[in-house]
Amino acid sequence: MTRSIRRAYLRGLFAVLGALLGAVASAQASSPWDDPYPSTYRAPVTAPVLIRGATVLTGTGTRLEATDVLITDGKIAAIGQNLEFPTGGRVVDGHGRWLTPGLIDVHSHLGVYPSPSISGNSDGNEATAPVTANVWAEHSVWPVDPGFYTALAGGITTLEILPGSANLIGGRSVVLKNVQAVTYQSMKFPAAPQGLKMACGENPKRVYGGRNTAPSTRMGNVAGYRAAWIEAEEYLRDWKDYDAKIKAGGKAADEAKAPKRDLKLDTLARAIKGEIPIQMHCYRADEMAIMLDMSHEFGFHIAAFHHATEAYKISNLLAEKGVCAAMWADWWGFKMESNDGIQEDIALVDAAPGGCAIVHSDSEEGIQRLNQEAAKAMARGRAVGFDISPERAIRWLTANPARALGILDKTGTIEAGKMADVVLWNRDPFSVYALADEVYIDGALQYDRAHPPATPRSDFMLGQPATVGAP
Amino acid sequence: MSVTASSANLGARLLAACLAGAALVLAAVTATGAPAVLLRDGVIHTESSRGTLTAASVLIVGGKVTAIGPDLVAPAGATVIELHGKPVTPALFGGIGMLGVEEVTEEGTTIDGVLKLGQMRPEFDPSLAFNPDSIPVGVSRAEGIGFAVVAAGAEAGRRGAAGSSVLAGQASVVRLDGRAPRPPVALSFVSGADGGALAGDSRAAAYMLLAQALEESRNPAAATSMDVHLLTPAGRRVIKGVVAEQKPVLVEADRASDIRTVVELAQRQKLHVVIQGGAEAWRVAGFLAHADVPVVLDPLDDLPESFDSIGATLENAARLHAAGVTIAFSLRDSDPHNIRKLRQAAGIAVAHGLSWDAALSAITSTPARLFRATNEFGSIEVGKPANLVVWTGDPLEVTSLVDTAWLDGERASLRSRQTELRDRYVPKVKAGTAR
Repeated sequence: MTRSIRRAYLRGLFAVLGALLGAVASAQASSPWDDPYPSTYRAPVTAPVLIRGATVLTGTGTRLEATDVLITDGKIAAIGQNLEFPTGGRVVDGHGRWLTPGLIDVHSHLGVYPSPSISGNSDGNEATAPVTANVWAEHSVWPVDPGFYTALAGGITTLEILPGSANLIGGRSVVLKNVQAVTYQSMKFPAAPQGLKMACGENPKRVYGGRNTAPSTRMGNVAGYRAAWIEAEEYLRDWKDYDAKIKAGGKAADEAKAPKRDLKLDTLARAIKGEIPIQMHCYRADEMAIMLDMSHEFGFHIAAFHHATEAYKISNLLAEKGVCAAMWADWWGFKMESNDGIQEDIALVDAAPGGCAIVHSDSEEGIQRLNQEAAKAMARGRAVGFDISPERAIRWLTANPARALGILDKTGTIEAGKMADVVLWNRDPFSVYALADEVYIDGALQYDRAHPPATPRSDFMLGQPATVGAP
Repeated sequence: MSVTASSANLGARLLAACLAGAALVLAAVTATGAPAVLLRDGVIHTESSRGTLTAASVLIVGGKVTAIGPDLVAPAGATVIELHGKPVTPALFGGIGMLGVEEVTEEGTTIDGVLKLGQMRPEFDPSLAFNPDSIPVGVSRAEGIGFAVVAAGAEAGRRGAAGSSVLAGQASVVRLDGRAPRPPVALSFVSGADGGALAGDSRAAAYMLLAQALEESRNPAAATSMDVHLLTPAGRRVIKGVVAEQKPVLVEADRASDIRTVVELAQRQKLHVVIQGGAEAWRVAGFLAHADVPVVLDPLDDLPESFDSIGATLENAARLHAAGVTIAFSLRDSDPHNIRKLRQAAGIAVAHGLSWDAALSAITSTPARLFRATNEFGSIEVGKPANLVVWTGDPLEVTSLVDTAWLDGERASLRSRQTELRDRYVPKVKAGTAR
């Protein structure tokens, strides 16, 4: 069930409840299916923009030379040759420059582990219990993090902020538009599903095993996930029964008692229902295979394995299961489970028929140059015989992450009707020398290299003597 | 890629000299019996006074570079490798960190670069633990890295356990050709917030301890006010040697005020300091240029990672270089696994205003000079051992790869544990059986 249909259903449900129980009860009722912290992001009203003559990588696998792209009302309005100059609009000369969809990072901790890295703002891991499906990363996001702006300069228009990987089930993620804001709600990507962060392997067993509590082994990890999912199945059954009784009306509805709300199980139940895509931190191929079996055991779908330094060993399996892998170009060796990372990982996931390769950062530095990470992966792939064109590789940081986040119908490609989230690069973006010249989010120019903001965007950077004279 | 007119002219002027040199070695036989090698028709970034030579060749005989220039003639029996205009650079610098003394970062038993005795032991020499067979060494070698600096790390103790000292230990140049490290060449000192954490929670105390250690090494009879010696006799000897030989003291410092404080202290104490980190060094660029203090920086630093680096900017390298400060590059993270990223960082410095030539120098000749290894590394020059890399394209570009490499005069293996994994799994993916 899509979110909008779900909301319509809820409105109907509350109307019934209100009739039965009275206005007071309906106003106070809460349900696992609510969205009590809704997005307040509104795309700024902007004049049309016509970007003329750029090399366009659409994100659909196509490259268009010397092509015009028209943006109106925050949406991609047209793509073609000699498009008409929009009245009241702005024309940007794109000749010699490259236009791509806005880059999307599926794995960021900006805001929850912000700069500066100090204890007062360290809010990414609720490392007090191995299953904290009840916490939401959005409630930790510090919108002031200067890293949002440096990521914007790297062409990032959308990013998923995840809880850390200390826990087996770390909590809900949030998808943000990379805009300057005082509250996270006004960055929250409208109608994007939240995700669920889970973690395989070393981190949970190190954190909890180090305290002599469960889990302390990989088998303890798996037992921990399964116990949580079993609880969630029962919770979901109870709510389904309740919803059915309410829907049936009459005496059954009168006598129906709502199950006791449990924030942890709300999240897991919605994940089983497919409303919250699962983003799973997992390095090793064998552990990913265990997680795939577990997803069948409980009937949930894993949107993507994150880090996945051994995804190349099972790239055909991942493709067959329709699971993406979000990877680095070259990180490896910082712990045993990352010891088999190779620079061909991304290209090998991409090479499997139906493979869904994503370049991710997990880093306030890496997020500034996902294009270069992709370029490295492209070069490594070519060296072992895969013909990887720029129009193919750009999907790793645009359409594929949009798919994993459940927002591909809204952004991630340059197609008529989509959000005008685009980046104009000074040259082929798959280069160490490439810089984003202009970054648009919903048609609004959020970054302009030629005209940097007169004052820092981040409140934290304002009035800092150490930045006087900085670019 | 920049090939300046002046360097091309310089190459032309030196043509005759080169030909003469080539003639002398025509009949040369290598010491090991290996055939001479002529790398023909490349763009040679010599990192020497000869600059960059286009359409030039390099002759390697007996493991040494014996001639560089256009129109070199291959001696009888020489292997000729056509470069077709590919760039050639000196083997790259891998930065300052834990190469060869750290296998897996999270596994403490595989790490030997940090001493945590809770005592000041500047005599600590982590290079004694260097393992030339370490997997990151092979991985980095395959990426064109020929030398790196292993420097003692410093960490606070966990949960009340003993930690490191602000004078963390010595630093040495390690070679990726299988040979043992060179003798220690520098001393590491930690200032700033990290130094404070190792000095009773005040960075001021880090400077106090440094000054007292220097005083004690000059005058061992004079102890501190509590009649406590900071150093062992071996530690005092190491510090005396560093001062006497003007070996670099690598000072970790980011905040502008820390950089100033430590440089002024060094001037009083007659120390030769090299700033490591230097996130805010651009703010005191003129001061550093005047004091002739080099900076080893990470071009990727651009966020206020801590309160010591509020002024971090991607233009740090360009601004320091423009002010006349000597710069070299090292990634901030001492983790050895991905030091191959240093050339990307150099390219990013170029994208943010540094000249291409200065960026290449910052990962070749400058670190070789700072760490006194110019007899082996940092340049392609007649008489020096061949430590050089042929690239498929611009060596600072992320899509370029190592074509071939020579280390200590021998053709370097480009195989590593990672290429073994690659070659095991690529065929499976191609066959559709990776599952």
